[in-house]
Amino acid sequence: MFSRRKSESTEFKVPELENVPEAGVGYHIDAWWWLVALVAGLIAILSITKPDPYWRIVLFVRDGIGVTILITIVSFVLMIFVGMLGGLGRLSTNKVIHLVTTFYVEIVRGIPLLVQLIWWYFAFPVIVRELGQATHISFLANYEANAILLAIFGFVFCYGAYMSEIFRAGIQSIPKGQMEAARSLGMSYFQAMRHVVLPQAIRVILPPVGNEFIALLKDSSLVSAVALADLTRRGREFMAANFDPLQVWTMIALLYLVMTLFSARIVNYVERRTKIER
Amino acid sequence: MLNGERRLKDNKDPIIQIKDIHKHFGKVHALRGVNLDIKRGEVVVIVGPSGSGKSTLLRCINRLEEYDSGKIVVDGILLHGAQNINMVRQEIGMVFQSFNLFAHLTVMDNLMLAQKIVRKRSPEEARKIAMDLLKKVGIPEKINAYPSQISGGQQQRVAIARALAMNPRIMLFDEPTSALDPEMIKEVLDVMMDLAKEGMTMVVVSHEMGFARAAAQRIIFMDEGQIIEEAPPEVLFTNPKQERTKRFLSKILDH
Repeated sequence: MFSRRKSESTEFKVPELENVPEAGVGYHIDAWWWLVALVAGLIAILSITKPDPYWRIVLFVRDGIGVTILITIVSFVLMIFVGMLGGLGRLSTNKVIHLVTTFYVEIVRGIPLLVQLIWWYFAFPVIVRELGQATHISFLANYEANAILLAIFGFVFCYGAYMSEIFRAGIQSIPKGQMEAARSLGMSYFQAMRHVVLPQAIRVILPPVGNEFIALLKDSSLVSAVALADLTRRGREFMAANFDPLQVWTMIALLYLVMTLFSARIVNYVERRTKIER
Repeated sequence: MLNGERRLKDNKDPIIQIKDIHKHFGKVHALRGVNLDIKRGEVVVIVGPSGSGKSTLLRCINRLEEYDSGKIVVDGILLHGAQNINMVRQEIGMVFQSFNLFAHLTVMDNLMLAQKIVRKRSPEEARKIAMDLLKKVGIPEKINAYPSQISGGQQQRVAIARALAMNPRIMLFDEPTSALDPEMIKEVLDVMMDLAKEGMTMVVVSHEMGFARAAAQRIIFMDEGQIIEEAPPEVLFTNPKQERTKRFLSKILDH
C-alpha cells in the first residue's frame, strides 16, 4: 500500500528541468515571453510589409479566431467541472458510481476525437429526432443540430474523460494523512475534499491541466469538420477563393502558434504563483 | 445539546468503552477481541511491538478505521454505524505521527479552518482561540509560516494546537514523537505533559517511557492484536507479570 501511494505521488511531479534556479528566473521568463513577442512581431511585420495577402488573410479569418477562442475557453471551463466530478467518481467507494465513471473514461479514450465530434453533430441529432417522433414530442422531433453547442459538448465529453484521470491522479497524490487529519477534526468527506484535498490537488495538476488547455486549443481546429467557421475553416475558405496556400497556411500556423505560446506562458505564470512547498 | 446532557451524567462513567473489538486487514487479524475502558481525565499509554495493533486500536476510537465486530462507545455514543460520526470526531482530537498539517495553509489558517466550518465560529473568535493556543504551545510568532517552513517539533505542536482548538474531550496521540529528531521530542512531550496535568483524557501510543512514567495512570501492553497486560507504570515497568511484556520491555528499556 505504501509503495502504491509513492508511485502515484510521483506521477505528476514537475520535472526537475522546470525548477529553474532562483537566480535565473527573471531571465528565463523574459526569454520565453520574447518568443511570444517574436511570433506576434512576425505576424505584424508580414501584415505591414505585405498587406496583400497577409493583412487580408488576418482580416478574413478574424471571426474564426473568435470562434476558436470561444470554443476553447467555454469547453475548458466546463471540462474542469466534468473532470472534477469524474475524478471523484473514479475514486468513489460506491461501486455504481465507480463503474459508471470508469466506463465513461474507457469508452471516450478509445474513440478518436474527430469521430466523436462528427458523431455528436451528425448522429446524435438523429437519435433525438427519432426519440421525439416515438414519444410525439414535437420539440425533440424537430431538433436541429446547433454546431457550436454540439462541438462544445463533444469537447467537454471527450476532454472531461482525460481531465477525470488527471484529477484522480492529482487527488491520489495528496498524502492520505491530509484527508485523515481533516476528517479527525470533524469535517465531512466533502468539506475535507473542498477545503483540504482539492486545493492542494489542483496545484499539483496545474501543469497537466495547462497542457490540456493547449491541446484543446489546437484540437479545436477539428471543428472545421462539423461546419463551424473557426480559424482553420476560415483559412480553408480563404484558400478556396484565392489559391495561395503557402501564405494562408503560414499565417494560420503563426496565429495558432502565438495563441499556444501565450497560453503556455500564462500557465507557467500561474504555476509559479501557486506552488506549495512540502 | 446532546453533549451537554451527557456531560451531566456520572463522571465515573468511562468516557471510552471498547468491547471485544475485532478487525481484519485482508487475512491479517489485526485486533483480536480488545476490551478497554478509559475513564474521564485518565492518561493511558499504549505500548507494544510494531504490528501489535496499537495504532489500529487508536484509529478505531475515532473511526478512521472501521472495525469488524465488537462495540466502541465514546462519550455515550455508539460508534458502529454512527450517522453522527462527524459530531463524535469533534469531541476527539487526534495527533498523527506525520503531523498532517494542511500543507497549503498557514499555521493560523490550519488552526482556524475546522473551527470555522465545523464549529461555525466567526473568524474573529476562531483567530482568538487559535492565538491563545499557539501561545500555549509556545509558537505565537509563527502564525504566518507555512508548515514546510517550520521544524518538525513546531509542526507537531501546531498539530496539537489545531486539535485543541476544537475543544475536544479526548485526545488521541498516534506515535506523536516517532518522526521527530531527538532534540525536538522534548518540546512536544512538554506540551503533552501540560495537557495531562490539566486533566485531559489522553490515549497515547508511544514508546516514550519517560513520558509514560510521569504522565500515565495506566500502561497498556499490546501484542498480536490483544491486550496482554495493563498496570500503572511503576508496576508494569518494574514488575511485569507476563513473559511477553518482560521480553518487550527488556528490548526498549535497555537503551
